[in-house]
Amino acid sequence: MDWYPLYNSVRIAAVSTVIVYFLGIFLANVVARAPRLIKGVLDVVLTLPLVLPPTVVGYLLLRVFGPKRVLGAWLLETFGIKLTMVWYAAILATVVVSFPLMYRTARGAFESFDENLADAARTLGRSERWIFWRVKMPFCQQGIVAGAVLAFARALGEYGATAMICGYTPGTTATVSTTVYQLWRTNDDAGALMWVMVNLAISAVVLLAMNWFEQKSKATDARGRSAHGGRARLAGGAR
Amino acid sequence: MSLSVDVKKRLGAFTLDVSFEVERADETLALLGPSGCGKSMTLKCIAGIVCPDEGRIVLNDRVLFDSEKRVNLRPQERRVGYLFQNYALFPNMTVEQNIAAGVLGVDKAERARRVAEQVEAFRIGGLEKKRPAQLSGGQQQRVALARIMASRPELLLLDEPFSALDGFLRWQLELELTDTLRQFPGGSVYVSHNRDEVYRMCDTVCVVSQGRSEEKLSVPELFETPSTLAAALISGCKNVSAAEPAGAGALRCADWGVELRTSLPVPAGCDHAGIRAHYFEVEAAGGSAAGAQGENRIPCTVERVIDNTFSTIVMLGTPGGGQIRYECDKGKWASLGDPSRVALRIAPEFVMPLVGGADGRP
Repeated sequence: MDWYPLYNSVRIAAVSTVIVYFLGIFLANVVARAPRLIKGVLDVVLTLPLVLPPTVVGYLLLRVFGPKRVLGAWLLETFGIKLTMVWYAAILATVVVSFPLMYRTARGAFESFDENLADAARTLGRSERWIFWRVKMPFCQQGIVAGAVLAFARALGEYGATAMICGYTPGTTATVSTTVYQLWRTNDDAGALMWVMVNLAISAVVLLAMNWFEQKSKATDARGRSAHGGRARLAGGAR
Repeated sequence: MSLSVDVKKRLGAFTLDVSFEVERADETLALLGPSGCGKSMTLKCIAGIVCPDEGRIVLNDRVLFDSEKRVNLRPQERRVGYLFQNYALFPNMTVEQNIAAGVLGVDKAERARRVAEQVEAFRIGGLEKKRPAQLSGGQQQRVALARIMASRPELLLLDEPFSALDGFLRWQLELELTDTLRQFPGGSVYVSHNRDEVYRMCDTVCVVSQGRSEEKLSVPELFETPSTLAAALISGCKNVSAAEPAGAGALRCADWGVELRTSLPVPAGCDHAGIRAHYFEVEAAGGSAAGAQGENRIPCTVERVIDNTFSTIVMLGTPGGGQIRYECDKGKWASLGDPSRVALRIAPEFVMPLVGGADGRP
């Protein structure tokens, strides 16, 4: 049997999670420190893909990156890059759709960060870079990892926007979710069921991983509370 | 050694306006005031965590902040140690790593040496590999102090260091911290709302009331002869009355309906009088109200008797309508035989003329 859809899905989700991971942390950090009005606006814009139907996201992506649209045409002419109907076009779709999960979880983690820790490090003479990497990131780590796992799971199961921007071509753009639809449509019930099982297995594993992280963060949270005089310390506020 | 602070900062309706100096290297100055009066904000201004709107902060001839000359050193450059209320230990690091975070710009061996030095000084040997969450409140405070000392600051700022602790542990740590402050070569600023702590641990005190600092006093001065209403109240004076000067050395106390003589100097603008609850002499009035004349005598009715832990507190009604709180040993009150009327006598040196200013009574 052809395992290409699984391979393709995993590689799309992996690349998209890496992008979303850094983008999410960066923007969460920006928004957590922004003034209230800008915070409100940015927050709505960045969370929007979470509530939009994936087909709307797909439509908007085609509007921007379609070969006959301004940006899409320019990319094609200048760099020879076509961002539709190729496997990596799906990365665009999964990045947009899974970004809010990463962003919101990371923002929750950053907002629960005890700023006294940063101030203490500053009075000890430590640089902002040291504080970010040695204090703030470890402090928020569990929330950030949980966000990345969620984003990965969402990217893995993405269907609507992916189907619109790269369609279904066996051996090139086929993913697990588009394959299920295609096989069902063509009356290959056994094949569809097989891929449904694969999908269920992957989702179960991801959710188990999620729960494991949550429990671990709860345990640390309880310990952290005693260390910080009752201050809520960890991530997860946004979940 | 000297620290001079003179800063203003507006925050909505609240205005911080403080100015004081720490003159000697072995001086511990207390900023004493109720919660929310701006004490912690003042420390944050000194440490560089919060930027004042205007003013000047100078530490040992180094200008840390000067709004006119546009000087504003980063907290990293100020060399000021800050003990946070919750100690702010890094939860992801061990005790050793926490202390090492205070040591910069030296090689590995020197850093290890300095960490070991502080581990020994604060008797936290054996805890080096533990994380803050595994430590008791007292151990956390020691680690936080060790971390600060490892960074070799020129000034110590302590923000209510005992607020997270209680009872016996608190007392133990107070003894330890007193030693630490004594050995520390620079001055310290100690923020507290607890007058007893301040009395025991500090040399000088600056009362902060609604964002404004009052004149710096020595600790005995604050408790014996506070000159402002805010200082009297925060130092534990339970009885205050609106008052006006009535001739030389006398105050007409409106709330108590009496005129009292004082042997303390009456400052300009004096508009209140204060008397501490312990300093009254009490005698049973014996019904003959006419005989209850005489100097600095207040005829009172007993309104309430409250049994306190180790004393008796009596709330008394005065001729002026205001209440007076009198406190004495349990045995002493019992010996009076539960009277309904008493006369209070107060020596002139315990009648404190106070300036209320715009603050008014809380």
